[in-house]
Amino acid sequence: MTDLPEVRPREPIRLLDIPFDGGLEAVLEYCREIVEDPDFPTVRRWREAGGKVLGHFQVYFPEELAHAAGVLPVKVRGGQMEREQADSRFGSYLCSILRSSLELALTGRLQVDMFVSHPICDAARNLAGIWGRNRPEPAQILYLPQNPNSKFSGTWLTEEYRRVLGELEAISGKKATDADLRAALDVFNENRRWLRELYAIKRSAPWLLPVDEAYVLVALGGLVTRDEHNELLRWLVPRIRDRSARKQDKIRVVFEGGFCEQPPLDLLRAISEFCYVVDDDLLIGLRWILSDVPTAGDPVNNLAVAYLDDSSYSPVQHDLRKPKEEMLLKRIRGADAQACIVAAAKMCEPGLDEQVAYAHTLDGEGIPYFVTEFEERMTSFDHLQIQLETFVENLLFA
Amino acid sequence: MNPIENPIVGRGARDGSTLFRNWFDQLTHVAENGEHAGYVFVMGSLNELLHTFGVHPVFPEINSLQTAVRRVADEYLNLAEDHGFSPDVCGYVKADYALQLRGGEHPMGRIPPPSIAVLTNACNTYLKWAEIWERMYHMPVVTVDVPGSRQAPGRYTPTADDVARDRRYVEFQLRELIEHLEKLTGTAFDVDRLREVLDVTNRMGRAWRRVLELNRSRPAVFDAMMEGTIYLGVANALRGTEEGARFFEDLAEEMEYKARHGISPLLDGRGEHRLIFVGVPCYPIFRRFYQLFSEWGGVFVSSTYTWFASGGLNLDYEYDLSRPLESLAEGVLLSVQRAGDSMLFHDRYLIEAIDEFGADGVVYHPIKSCRTVSTGLADSRRVVLEERDVLCLYIESDMMDKRVVSEAQLKNRIDAFFEGLDSRKIRMEKAASAAASAKSVSTPTA
Repeated sequence: MTDLPEVRPREPIRLLDIPFDGGLEAVLEYCREIVEDPDFPTVRRWREAGGKVLGHFQVYFPEELAHAAGVLPVKVRGGQMEREQADSRFGSYLCSILRSSLELALTGRLQVDMFVSHPICDAARNLAGIWGRNRPEPAQILYLPQNPNSKFSGTWLTEEYRRVLGELEAISGKKATDADLRAALDVFNENRRWLRELYAIKRSAPWLLPVDEAYVLVALGGLVTRDEHNELLRWLVPRIRDRSARKQDKIRVVFEGGFCEQPPLDLLRAISEFCYVVDDDLLIGLRWILSDVPTAGDPVNNLAVAYLDDSSYSPVQHDLRKPKEEMLLKRIRGADAQACIVAAAKMCEPGLDEQVAYAHTLDGEGIPYFVTEFEERMTSFDHLQIQLETFVENLLFA
Repeated sequence: MNPIENPIVGRGARDGSTLFRNWFDQLTHVAENGEHAGYVFVMGSLNELLHTFGVHPVFPEINSLQTAVRRVADEYLNLAEDHGFSPDVCGYVKADYALQLRGGEHPMGRIPPPSIAVLTNACNTYLKWAEIWERMYHMPVVTVDVPGSRQAPGRYTPTADDVARDRRYVEFQLRELIEHLEKLTGTAFDVDRLREVLDVTNRMGRAWRRVLELNRSRPAVFDAMMEGTIYLGVANALRGTEEGARFFEDLAEEMEYKARHGISPLLDGRGEHRLIFVGVPCYPIFRRFYQLFSEWGGVFVSSTYTWFASGGLNLDYEYDLSRPLESLAEGVLLSVQRAGDSMLFHDRYLIEAIDEFGADGVVYHPIKSCRTVSTGLADSRRVVLEERDVLCLYIESDMMDKRVVSEAQLKNRIDAFFEGLDSRKIRMEKAASAAASAKSVSTPTA
């Protein structure tokens, strides 16, 4: 890759037409429309301007690498749609997000120049192979260490990130220098700070930011450049803090189980009818790294070390330092939650396995919890609402 | 003497069964005497290191499947589901979870609790499974992270540097594992002992590959789904042992004999339908599942199960005894990668196998319990059908859970598949005969 030209500064491509003049509610509504649009208008605009796109499947991808190479990283997280083509590529007993993600590619709604998946679960580890057999763009697997406890995992991951960076440079035709990588770290560090701000609001004053709105604001980051996302959050966060919403008599809960397949927004809205979701693992990959990644030294190594040593948790990462049930307790206590919604996507093996450990631990700690399954395509929430309402009433009037 | 009456025929099945039963008896002995048991998995078992330290390998996957073969799996699955496990997760995990709750009680003996667990990332469920033991026993759980192929073989060829850095990563982790084993057993690592163990694994691998290769014979010499699964049990349980190596050398001798004398696993091998099996067998009705094919003259000449569930022993790789640990790392890397490729990117291997084994059909058997193996099968079938003139059968069931095994439905589908194979064979024979007649008519006579 040494013969590639360095990334040149260029005019930023604007992917959003944010109606700032309309005020906070209009901006939030606009964000929701973008996130729910199955035709990925921001990605289309990027491509029309000649930009290259990386599609990366859940849960985590070091997007800074793509940003530094001038490639737009787009989070592939399935979606709600009628499936016409992808189902014939899969058997039964599989989650929906795999199918809908491939459907997006097969129908041309989401066009990418490179696709990366991760062996986060037994089903998803097959996705790159299936994608590669059905689509012309390169589809590959990024092996994120499942033995982060090895002293060598940081060295190996740094080298693996360098390999992936080379592939991204080949896609964009531009070399990412260390200066570009440090600049990307700066942009993403700022972005992480804003996302932490959103979650701080959820914890301290959840009536100002319901779970579905917070979700939309986080998800938007997976569809636009982080520069533009930062610009949006810079405008939004102070206005959300100044919002005139009234605190209601709702219980404070943690929602757990949204690390991969995403619950429909209407499901989150249904939950917010009865509960303040004060913390969650929704789109945890976009919030995986917990603090600023240092820019001094080798930026790629810093990013790799942050993935391993300064990161959140999920059922699909194995780390002896982070027993999931203890991490969940930490999340619940850190958010001062009264209860937990222990969810899992249908047919999601890691999520379903973890439900057992979570339930046993919460039983042991005497923390109330509500176990449920969801699917990204579900459209009826009446049954769940009744169950949840009963659960909440039991807590409120116990 | 009729060649089929020679005692060499059927020796592998008899000896394999005896060895396997002895192995389970040994596990009972380990449980009763409190000796060290290492829980390992078939893909990247690292038996070689466990044997070097005298730790007894225990294969929870094998324990679980044996509950299904012996038709008691439902007792174990129900107990695990009573404890909160979903019907939609791996049956192996649930059976083992219940087995642990039952103090190791198993139809083949008593399974000792783990002193250590060693796993690779070849299957994600291995990771979740080991976390269960960690919670139950608080013993060392050592993961050896083995990076798999980044893209389908053929689409992307890793450079020598790529392979070298992956090997370094695996080797470093093996050295960390050795530290754990030294601490557990209080024994210093003996590289000469490792060399001996690697040597017998080399012999076993060589003989195993010869056995697989001999099924190119016509008729086939063994059924890769039925007998192949029995051999797999020995290949995993006794990997790295003298008796395991000797078993496979004897087995290769038996298969050479059968090939020379045209001895088929079918009563009449002349009309065999040569099939390739893709997936994991249906253990709740294991023998009946086999019969649904053999009754029609179907014989599995190859099986992807013998590729990935042998931990890549089918790969033509031998440990270099002059650099044992480095070579073990390289072997683990390449064989686990091959096992992974056999599940994730198997379409090219299948097409090669169709050509090499002269297969007439491919049977895909995706199962609820194992998404690693099953997720890509429908798409693989599409590719195989585009590239080769074979018939494919796609039947879903499970390897553990008889609630999702419908024998009547399976039989309907399998019967229809063979009717198609039979009529195709008749058409092809007629076409060949017509072509031969046309050629003799058009050939001028003197």
